[in-house]
Amino acid sequence: MLPGFPQAMPVEGLIGGILIGVSAAIMLLGLGRIAGVSGMAARATGIADTGAPRGIAIAFIIGLPLGAALVAFFNGPVAVSFPASPLPLVIGGLLVGFGTRMGSGCTSGHGVCGLSRLSRRSLAATAMFMGSGLATVGVMRAAGIL
Amino acid sequence: MARHVIALMSGLLFGAGLAYSGMSDPARVQAFLDIAGNWDPTLAFVMGGAILPMAIAWVFQKRMAQPVACDTFDLPGTSKIDSKLAIGAVLFGAGWGIGGLCPGPAIADLALATGPALVFVVAMLAGMIVHRFAKI
Repeated sequence: MLPGFPQAMPVEGLIGGILIGVSAAIMLLGLGRIAGVSGMAARATGIADTGAPRGIAIAFIIGLPLGAALVAFFNGPVAVSFPASPLPLVIGGLLVGFGTRMGSGCTSGHGVCGLSRLSRRSLAATAMFMGSGLATVGVMRAAGIL
Repeated sequence: MARHVIALMSGLLFGAGLAYSGMSDPARVQAFLDIAGNWDPTLAFVMGGAILPMAIAWVFQKRMAQPVACDTFDLPGTSKIDSKLAIGAVLFGAGWGIGGLCPGPAIADLALATGPALVFVVAMLAGMIVHRFAKI
């Protein structure tokens, strides 16, 4: 529990975060690659021609829902609440897909892997997508659609 | 084969970390971006927790001639900051705020909330295809 933020999960957040960091470390030290989900997804689906060997990308991407399912199986149901309407999912998905390809990365590649590497490029990207996300949600709240 | 097992293990741990940390919940991620509302700082703890082991991994990486199971490190550059990076990041951030999902949680959620996660993932792949053919 975090004082003032009853809904926050600082302990689970830290532990889950460490799992993600270890996962990225395995990808880096084991296979010499960035565990960037957008790049791996583009490669696994064949949308990108360059990047990780396709089999590696497919194995990594398959692991994501499997890992989440294991947590749900052993640790109990995982709370997920999606927007009620498909519209924000479609618009959000289109922007996330286009933007992560154009900006060469997402929260994992730029955020986790790039920041820990002290990459100027990733620091800039992370600051910009965080800023944009904050601004977007701010506008949604002001417009009363949140 | 060993490489594929390593990649699968990496993905598995990644997905488990997302689910355990609450980051597979779009509402929680959106609440992190909602500082004017009922702000939820959990995502900051996740980022901190993830950066810690990865920072150590980079120290090891610098001293290694090659990765454990491959011949070479294949890593992106760290310095180029151009308009492509900026516009891409801003568009991504907007989509992240609108849906509460980035690529990792969206794909992990295919196991937890298959229907809505699939809608997002299909739209995301469509966005990637549009980018590919837009050639920018």
